[in-house]
Amino acid sequence: MTNIGLAQASNNFVYASMFTLFLATIFFAIYYSAGRSKVAAAKQLVTSTGGVIAEPGSSKTQSEPEPGVKFANIAMSLTWLAAGILLVGVILRGLWAGRVPWGNMYEFSITSALGILAVFLVWSIKRDLRWLGIFITIPALLTLGMATTVLYTEAAQLVPALKSYWLVIHVLAAIICGGAFTVAAATAGLSLIADKGWITKIPSRERLEKLTHRIISFSFPLWTFAVVAGAIWAENAWGRYWGWDPKETWAFITWVVYAAYLHARSTAGWKHQKASVIALIGWLAFLINYFGVNIFVNSLHSYAGV
Amino acid sequence: MATDVQTPVQAPLPPMSSTGFFRWMWRQLTSMRTALILLFLLALASIPGSILPQRGTNPVLVDQWITANPTTGPILDSLGFFDVFASPWFAAVYLLLFISLIGCVLPRLKVHWKAMRSQPPAAPRNLMRLDGEEFHVTQSPDQVLTRAQEYLRKNRWRVVRSGDDWVAAEKGYLRETGNLVFHFSFILVLIAIAYGGLFGWRGNVIIREGEGFSNTLTQYDAWGGGRMTSANDLPEFSFTLDKFNVEFERGNAQSGAPRLFEANVAVTRPGEAQPNSELIEVNHPMVIDSAKVFLVGHGYAPVFRVHDSQGNLVFDDAVAFLPQDGNFTSTGVIKVPDGEPQLGFRGIFLPTSAVDEIRGPHSTFPAPDDPSVFMGAWFGDLGLDSGIPQSIYTLNVDSMEQMGLEALRPGEEWNLPGGKGTIEFTGFERWASFQIASDPGKEAALIGAFLAIGGLGLSLFVQRRRVWVKVSPASASENDQQTTVQVAGIAKASGDDATESIEELVAVVMGEQK
Repeated sequence: MTNIGLAQASNNFVYASMFTLFLATIFFAIYYSAGRSKVAAAKQLVTSTGGVIAEPGSSKTQSEPEPGVKFANIAMSLTWLAAGILLVGVILRGLWAGRVPWGNMYEFSITSALGILAVFLVWSIKRDLRWLGIFITIPALLTLGMATTVLYTEAAQLVPALKSYWLVIHVLAAIICGGAFTVAAATAGLSLIADKGWITKIPSRERLEKLTHRIISFSFPLWTFAVVAGAIWAENAWGRYWGWDPKETWAFITWVVYAAYLHARSTAGWKHQKASVIALIGWLAFLINYFGVNIFVNSLHSYAGV
Repeated sequence: MATDVQTPVQAPLPPMSSTGFFRWMWRQLTSMRTALILLFLLALASIPGSILPQRGTNPVLVDQWITANPTTGPILDSLGFFDVFASPWFAAVYLLLFISLIGCVLPRLKVHWKAMRSQPPAAPRNLMRLDGEEFHVTQSPDQVLTRAQEYLRKNRWRVVRSGDDWVAAEKGYLRETGNLVFHFSFILVLIAIAYGGLFGWRGNVIIREGEGFSNTLTQYDAWGGGRMTSANDLPEFSFTLDKFNVEFERGNAQSGAPRLFEANVAVTRPGEAQPNSELIEVNHPMVIDSAKVFLVGHGYAPVFRVHDSQGNLVFDDAVAFLPQDGNFTSTGVIKVPDGEPQLGFRGIFLPTSAVDEIRGPHSTFPAPDDPSVFMGAWFGDLGLDSGIPQSIYTLNVDSMEQMGLEALRPGEEWNLPGGKGTIEFTGFERWASFQIASDPGKEAALIGAFLAIGGLGLSLFVQRRRVWVKVSPASASENDQQTTVQVAGIAKASGDDATESIEELVAVVMGEQK
């Protein structure tokens, strides 16, 4: 509010991060299209002779380097760079406002975009996720685009209802879950088309399903915690821990759908395609809760400039 | 609810005998597939509760919706769509889900109880059908098994050894323990919610600055209690609202947004003689025994002084007006039954006054920068003697006659037409609204929630594995490598594998690692 320099700097960093992410997306796209026909032909050849195809991403038994891999490496570096720039932008925004940088929808969105990138990048340290890159940079870019165009608001102090340390805990947990749910939606979506052979660089369907399961196994307990933390805060602010406010209702729906996903993963006949569809429905419920409830519904959670 | 049900492709038809039918029903209800469908139904049934206005949160909006939709409104109303979370069909879904949960988890509890007290099972005859490795070592069978045993024990596996044949080990029993805790904790949460509903209560009250409140039923503007709550259970306390402070954003960004609400109160707690001063803020309720006092809203109470046609002072008080928008354009009524004739007023209070053709009189900022009231006056019979209770916020003008309209600023007086009297707008006070609530089930619900999170963490992150080390004397051709070793293992959960444990164990047995 006082230091306009910080405000301007924060916005510039967010824009710079969007530009870098855009470049990363292009390089991921080049990686995808590079040598496409060659691999497809090779795949056909191998399968017709009954051999086993080496899974891209999981093993590197092929002596010949994967085509276009240097573009993927450039794209990964750019994604790291974009996340770094965005982190600075988010921190500057927090410094400007003098509080956590998630006091309104704009701030929540830029921090969520950072959350999506962070979940992906941290995970990519442990395993090769170059094949997943474009499905992460695009949602992150869309989130930032939404934030800077539709949701932008000047930083201001918090309304009294948000002045609580639960804002830090509850919203941070929700932001990390948003990132993880988005990554899980990308792997679940890919698993549905993995058998069609449209995209050659992704892992097998089984592998993608396992990855989806892993991410949701991580984010579901965290989401449970975010909801419980919200309930504790609600009890302290509104006098009841659960009141079926639209935000609470959709948090509950999201929770129930992901619970159904985990059950589906251990039910015969539901483990594969159907479970992946449920994971996508869960993500949809999360998005409705995130955008829909704030914009279209009269909820106790609508404050602070959307 | 997490059994891996291998249902045949063709579902069996229900048997005809009654016990058989019951058993068939029970098996259907407690199957994972049914649990899945019930979870979906639960999610689906919640959706209308977030789209349609709900009685529990906004009864006024419900009435408006029904009035605006005269055909669908009453139908949806009779089906419980305006009180989804208390409707029988919503209850049916979650109760069935709970029965399914209990039916699924109880047998698993029994199985798990047995598993916890039993030894890891003997090595399968053909170990190499599982994931594993076979190799030869120079050590004797006994040395190999002892080394494997020590390593496994040190890493907290449950180990059993059969002579010089094999070692079996199992780890990760906490996975199923966590799973069971997770599911049982929901039963605790449900009981806690029900208990809170039966023994809890909540009430709302509007208090003007300087006014007091004591915690008895009659002092509340609205009060609701559970079936097992009686008014005698309310803790005895009282408080006075000394001062209410409020600040609004004056900068360009989010202008008019609230920045501070706080109520300074003097509270007399149960058993205390003297009041103590305390501060109640949003997010900082005042706790008194089992009850909490929350600050939930605030508004303006313009002060009026009314003289009747004889010149007698018949009214001199502040009247709470209810805010209608974010800028506190507030409406209220003044009833003067002691006048001759009886007088009634409808007013709009504007903290920062503005008038335009579209919106009429309205406020442009929530703080009292330029206050005024727009009044309409009536005379006649207020209808207070009819015996029908009236709201203090509405004026029944059926047997009254309108006298005119006037705008007043603080200190201004309006001489009513026809010498019916005068009304002076002398200034304004503030009021704050409080919700006072007690939910004796909330601690148990919180414990249940944290047990659920803990159990969930265990059930998703602990890996349950079994490994076996099997030894046999090597055949003569293996020269100095006298022992053949087979190491294999399985992971018991889908999406998990025992490769890591097997590799470590192989390394230990081969002596590459201590």
